[in-house]
Amino acid sequence: MTTSSYAYYPGCTLHATAKEYDVSARLVCEKLGIGLEELPDWTCCGASSAHTTNETLAVALPVRDLHTAEKMGKPLAVACALCFNRLKVTEHELADKGKLETIKRLVGSDFNNSTQVVHLLEIFYDRRKSIPVTKPLKGLKVASYYGCMLVRPHEITKFDDPENPQMMDKLMTALGAQPLEWDFKTACCGASLPLTRKDIVLKLSHRLLAQAQQLGADCLAVACPMCQYNLDMYQEAINQEFHAGIKQPILYFTQLAGVAMGLSPTALHLDKHIVDPMPMLKNKGLA
Amino acid sequence: MVTVAPVTPSPVSDLRTLVEKQSGQRIFDCYQCGKCSAGCPVDYAMDMGPRQIMRAVQLGLQKEVLQSTTIWLCISCETCSSRCPAKIDIAKVMESLRILAIAQGVPPAEKHIDLFHRTFLSVIERYGRAHEFSLAATYTVKSLNLFANMGVARTMLSKGKLVIAPPKVKGAAVVKKVFASTRSTAGMNVSSAAKAEGKH
Repeated sequence: MTTSSYAYYPGCTLHATAKEYDVSARLVCEKLGIGLEELPDWTCCGASSAHTTNETLAVALPVRDLHTAEKMGKPLAVACALCFNRLKVTEHELADKGKLETIKRLVGSDFNNSTQVVHLLEIFYDRRKSIPVTKPLKGLKVASYYGCMLVRPHEITKFDDPENPQMMDKLMTALGAQPLEWDFKTACCGASLPLTRKDIVLKLSHRLLAQAQQLGADCLAVACPMCQYNLDMYQEAINQEFHAGIKQPILYFTQLAGVAMGLSPTALHLDKHIVDPMPMLKNKGLA
Repeated sequence: MVTVAPVTPSPVSDLRTLVEKQSGQRIFDCYQCGKCSAGCPVDYAMDMGPRQIMRAVQLGLQKEVLQSTTIWLCISCETCSSRCPAKIDIAKVMESLRILAIAQGVPPAEKHIDLFHRTFLSVIERYGRAHEFSLAATYTVKSLNLFANMGVARTMLSKGKLVIAPPKVKGAAVVKKVFASTRSTAGMNVSSAAKAEGKH
């Protein structure tokens, strides 16, 4: 992947709860010479709700965005793991010519399904050795948390290894950090259930946070806004529910790359997290 | 080439036919090894685990399956699908069962999850993008659980993460059309068959 110019799909959460992901991704990419041109007038991919109730809608919704990128003639860089998953599934489903024709009739477009969809983490991974690290993340034990949506279904996302992915770990090594060996890299955090079955989110997120904490992690690195939200926003509730003393900042890999490149914590929106990463970063001499 | 075990055509096998048609998965390839239930993070909260659901679909236990909490609690993490030695996309089967349950008007066993998804889609249909504030506010009112998320809302406001103004995109009009066109034609072959089945 030698391209340095991408169409960019932030996805809905990156304009709201995950703004720090958007801000840090744009800033770091700019410094790395990776061009991100935001898809003009992009719309929602349908997230987890569309495919839960209507499979035609689930495929039809992302087509508009894939079509815009196709017309721009650039590969589409996606930040949110869930959007990445839905766009990949759509690309895969529409490899079936019959389905593609049906969808084209439905949405009335001349879409050819030729857009190449990549996740930002793949772009960072490919360039990991050329990242200008001025402040190595020395002594920082990072639990790389991939979640579900990047790695599964593997035959569709074709992302790394579905049971023991390495991309984020190797990126962390390149940044000078020490990746943690742990069991919950691709375990589920509870996904879209916080409003409806918070008990499940607390239980699932607790298992993985507890192991990271027990193994001495300083923070978790994530690539999915939904994972970040559950693990960060509900960490206090998890501590109360399970009488645990977990204190794990949940940082986007883009932010950690930014820290290693010597960018300011404020510019990377590190002050937007619920579990404040600043004491830990100061303690490590990184802020 | 492995052949699918012959099944006596009877009303009880109709569920299997519908699910196979909707999901494209071969239900009788399941030999009940249980890897899906072993790896499922939500298995503990379900009234039937994924393995039991697969068996119940094979047996045509329509009522039990479509009324289960399982099909709503499945969060599509795809762990089961990625580990199934028979290469069945079990998460896809769960998705198909939800769609069948909706098409047949079966009351969802986890009504808040159903409400959440419907609210989420109504927000996208309206604005073209998801808008967390509208989603949370509408869901909170409709679920009659007014104070459950106050703490989270306060925290989000304090971090400047709650965007109150809804998104304004030109594409919203196109998204509305996509909703309208898929609503009238969505899963035509399957959903209408499912509806017909529901009348028996």
